[in-house]
Amino acid sequence: MLWEIDIRPVAPLADAEAQRVARDAAELGLAASLEVQSAKCYLLDADELDAEQLKRLAESLFVDTVAETYAAAPASDPGLAAPPAPGDGQTLVHVLPKPGVMDPVARSAEIAARDLGIPVDAVCTMRKYWVAGLDDDALARLGEQVLANDAIERLIVGPLGIDRIELGGDYQFELQTVPLRDLTDDELNALSRTAQLYLQPAEMQTIRERYRDLGRDPTDIELETIAQTWSEHCSHKTLAGRIAYRGPDGEQRFENMLRETIFAATEQLRERWGDDDWCVSVFRDNAGIVRFHPDAHLAFKVETHNHPSALEPYGGANTGVGGVIRDILGTGQGAKPICNTDVFCFAPPETEADSLPPGVLHPRLVMRGVVEGVRDYGNRMGIPTVNGAVCFDDRYLGNPLVYCGCVGLIPTDKAEKEPQPGDLIVAIGGRTGRDGIHGATFSSAELTSESESLSGGAVQIGNAIEEKKVADALLAARDRGLFTAVTDCGAGGFSSAVGEMGEEIGAEVHLEKAPVKYAGLSYTEIWISEAQERMVLSVPEGHWQELHDLCAAEGVEATVIGAFTPTGKLTMKYDGQQVGELPMGFLHDGRPPVVREAVYTPAKTRDLSPPKRDDYTPDLLAILAAHNVASKESIIRQYDHEVQGGSVVKPLVGVRMDGPSDAAVIRPVLDSPQGVAIACGINPRYGDLDTYHMAASAIDEAVRNCVAVGADPARIALLDNFCWGDCEKNETLGSLVRAAIACRDLSLAWETPFISGKDSLNNEFSFEDAAGRRQTIAIPPTLLISAMGQIPDIRRCVTMDLKRPGNALYLVGLTMNELGGSHLALVHNLSGGQVPKVDPEPAKQTFHALHAAITAGSVASCHDLSEGGLAVAAAEMAFAGGLGAELDLAAAPVDDDSLSAPARLFSESNTRFLCEVAPDHEAAFTEALTLASVDHARIGEATETGTLTIRNADRTCVTAPIGLLKEAWQRTLRN
Amino acid sequence: MPSPSVLILRAPGTNCEAETAFAFEQAGAATSLEHVDRLLDNPAAVEQHQILCIPGGFSYGDDLAAGRVFANRLRTLSDTLHRFRESGGLALGICNGFQVLLKSGLLDTEDDSGPSATLAWNTSGRYTDRWVTLEAVGDKCPFLAGVGSLELPIAHAEGRFLPRDDAALSTLVDEGRAVLRYAPLAEGAPADNPNGSAADIAGLCDRTGRVLGLMPHPERCIAPTQHPQWTRRELGEAGAGLAVFKNAVAYFA
Repeated sequence: MLWEIDIRPVAPLADAEAQRVARDAAELGLAASLEVQSAKCYLLDADELDAEQLKRLAESLFVDTVAETYAAAPASDPGLAAPPAPGDGQTLVHVLPKPGVMDPVARSAEIAARDLGIPVDAVCTMRKYWVAGLDDDALARLGEQVLANDAIERLIVGPLGIDRIELGGDYQFELQTVPLRDLTDDELNALSRTAQLYLQPAEMQTIRERYRDLGRDPTDIELETIAQTWSEHCSHKTLAGRIAYRGPDGEQRFENMLRETIFAATEQLRERWGDDDWCVSVFRDNAGIVRFHPDAHLAFKVETHNHPSALEPYGGANTGVGGVIRDILGTGQGAKPICNTDVFCFAPPETEADSLPPGVLHPRLVMRGVVEGVRDYGNRMGIPTVNGAVCFDDRYLGNPLVYCGCVGLIPTDKAEKEPQPGDLIVAIGGRTGRDGIHGATFSSAELTSESESLSGGAVQIGNAIEEKKVADALLAARDRGLFTAVTDCGAGGFSSAVGEMGEEIGAEVHLEKAPVKYAGLSYTEIWISEAQERMVLSVPEGHWQELHDLCAAEGVEATVIGAFTPTGKLTMKYDGQQVGELPMGFLHDGRPPVVREAVYTPAKTRDLSPPKRDDYTPDLLAILAAHNVASKESIIRQYDHEVQGGSVVKPLVGVRMDGPSDAAVIRPVLDSPQGVAIACGINPRYGDLDTYHMAASAIDEAVRNCVAVGADPARIALLDNFCWGDCEKNETLGSLVRAAIACRDLSLAWETPFISGKDSLNNEFSFEDAAGRRQTIAIPPTLLISAMGQIPDIRRCVTMDLKRPGNALYLVGLTMNELGGSHLALVHNLSGGQVPKVDPEPAKQTFHALHAAITAGSVASCHDLSEGGLAVAAAEMAFAGGLGAELDLAAAPVDDDSLSAPARLFSESNTRFLCEVAPDHEAAFTEALTLASVDHARIGEATETGTLTIRNADRTCVTAPIGLLKEAWQRTLRN
Repeated sequence: MPSPSVLILRAPGTNCEAETAFAFEQAGAATSLEHVDRLLDNPAAVEQHQILCIPGGFSYGDDLAAGRVFANRLRTLSDTLHRFRESGGLALGICNGFQVLLKSGLLDTEDDSGPSATLAWNTSGRYTDRWVTLEAVGDKCPFLAGVGSLELPIAHAEGRFLPRDDAALSTLVDEGRAVLRYAPLAEGAPADNPNGSAADIAGLCDRTGRVLGLMPHPERCIAPTQHPQWTRRELGEAGAGLAVFKNAVAYFA
């Protein structure tokens, strides 16, 4: 029998969920002030439950009687359907998870109910809404866009009408084969799409040839395994493939583009450094590892989770964080996560709701869901989220970007791993369900307006506490030496994890042994499910019992699902029957080589004429209010950025603790003074002009952010994350190759090694417009550079807030006429102009000289110049410190004395810093920079006035109270 | 002086245990970290310690309600834990630990009408991490002896102290148990109350004063460099939060 408990806030506490619904409905233009009430509900499947037991369950588990009131009855009781506050024309809507979708709260409730000794078979969470005043169409839109997410939840309008909680059906084993030997090329391509394999024609043909040779058709599991392993997501076949490139830098032919650019730079640096090489493991494990502390190395990885976040922002971002944390847990023999990063790209939140293409969620809802998804996973895991960025551009409308990063700390003797022949294959953590089927292949396809209905199953739902338990158990097992290797179950699920770990040995798995969330999963679903919170270990037989017991003590399920058998083959069995067998060689090296053409022609340089006027204060205010620049405090404060106790430089600093830090600094080993600086650089606007200079600028930004807080430029490791459009298009691929060449060049020049990277291609969205024409929106080429710097002594760190009136302000670095892609151009809707470039040698000198000055204690505050240039940096430093400042643009170091006032104010030239120096440190500061031939000049000072005044010789061109500047900067994204 | 021993009790989802142990160690205590299931197997183990601490986190995912599942488990040890308190032990619950203590009944907030107070959702409806200024009130609670005013971070979604009614609030205040309050940023201003707590209550102790629950995180302010303004203010050798742990150690001196 099905019971229901409905919970509502007691008066006068607000119905917060109803308020959210009304707000979203207003934002989507469905109803200016929607009449809606809500209840949080639990459905309980239990045979025998008396009134006393129901009351005990409600009051001991589900209801906080001080803050909440409830009703409990059989689910069929009509009283439960009545609205809490009576009114006319209220429609009841139920929202509950689709059968088979992860419902972690329900699982906890089942266990807690059993703890109380009350027999409950199953629990399901549900929400109820009573909505008034909407017609059927509007109600349907409210249901789809505000009340429920169609990818994971179902709506029941009117009476509930169910009498039990559905989980899954029975499964009758039946071996499936896929007849493809006789298919034509066209039929093969159709199969690739309809079966969601998303393989290239040549790859499908290679598979067909192989099975023709074998004289049989593949089983479904064999075909799926190949598709997962060969997917763009798992193999990076485009960028690691053959490319013939033609660009302004000449013609080049790559056998393996990434290996010959970015990886090659790191390898050259490591050779150059010899015994001083501080890289430990690069581009081969789940994350890059570098030396840090005598006892521990650092690992860093950044992943993307774009397509799932487009369909289900909360779940997509949530599992994006969960996935990158597992990457860190699965690096070496397991690293401990110590901080997270997050970078998002969205369409502007002001996008008109009725301008959205079909199948696209409103960017405001996407943003809110993504932020909450990141928040809930990181906070629950107890990992501080310390650094990030948010970029806005119309072209992210159908295809938002979600980058999630994680840094880990790993004992120096645990950085390497190697499964041994005969080791058991052990799965630990969450159970396998039907969630996330085809995530790896789906993420390699283009998003379309139908993606949601096609690939709903690709969306995963996270359970951070399961992963926290797995982390606790895994790190304890690592310290006891109970396994020889570990990897995470990410894209492709077991198929990828086991296939990768067993590549050099071979593996035999028994799929019926994998614990499942519910009955009814086929052997193939078990094999490719991307259910979250699972790790795979290779465990010597002698350690199995101890590992099992350790996991049990942490409440973590551990199961032997096979062994790494030295056969060179991947053998899959179900209930003793072989369902598939693939030679490891074919799986990992059998993909046919494809030569792709890549061409790049940078945009023609056109003049950009900035507005000519006397007073540029309105321009400064407009740039401060621009989305990319505006304060992200409303997001940052939702993240726990201090857990683990290592916080040194927080994301927000200053007299009111609301100024924007350049980078975060943490101290991961609490009794050591060593610090880690985490920063990023991203500027897709420059890519519209030239992707080489976009990449160089992003690297410059990431490095200068680290240097600005005190990191040593000789110890900065970089990560690349390329998010691009469809790289089957020659120009799109060309723009990527050009960016990769910039990464190689600067990495070599600055001795800042790339240690890990990841790409996400096919970030395009296509749909049919109102006139029935096929439209495609490609994202702008978007390269995220993440930087991890090291600081020998955190007490030398500096922050960006002005400290004391009377201190001098020095501009370090050369200002040029580089307004192309700038925020001045953005707020005036101007195109053209020179894109900011990087001059590698002077830049390197600047980083090292400034670092020496910071280490010597000469710098009171330091802020990098980025979007909005000098004017924005000065404004931010002033309002963060609660002080005024007076600057003279005429004193700024420039390459051309005739540089205009707007260029001096707003140019985004790279490698520049604004530094505050106390009078008694000025001599030492200028000497350090002069000796290194670094351009710098004293351009003003901090003042008590509370006003920012910027002159150009004798003309005042900006003057504003800092309160006004700060309000402009804070208002845009305040809520 | 032998160091007092602290039992730091964790559950699945607890996540502030390492820095909390570090804080107690910096204050001179010995710590041992145990999973609550081990204590359920062997409740007498608590008697080997002088201080019990439940650190922050999301125990059992805060599924159902913050701290609820952990609290229900502690209820099965109610006799043992009350004996621990009566024999002079101290207990500290930080953030999620406060939610657990409150819902377990160990803070003496239950009467014939049921629970007299809870920690509800912040009025903002959101998880919030920020720094607050606090004022220790009265001398009932040994953890806060001589603390006066201090700055600490909060990081929670469900920290709004909510009494059942005015009478319940008056009782707690009159008994001197509302020992930690959110304070104004400037003299004469209203308290900088981050979550809508009644009477600006940030921490509550039991009738003996020896059990303290608080929402702010003292373990996140042990070193001056943990303070958001350490690059612009003289903050001394230690962070303000260390006093809470030192007081606990000194109590057994």
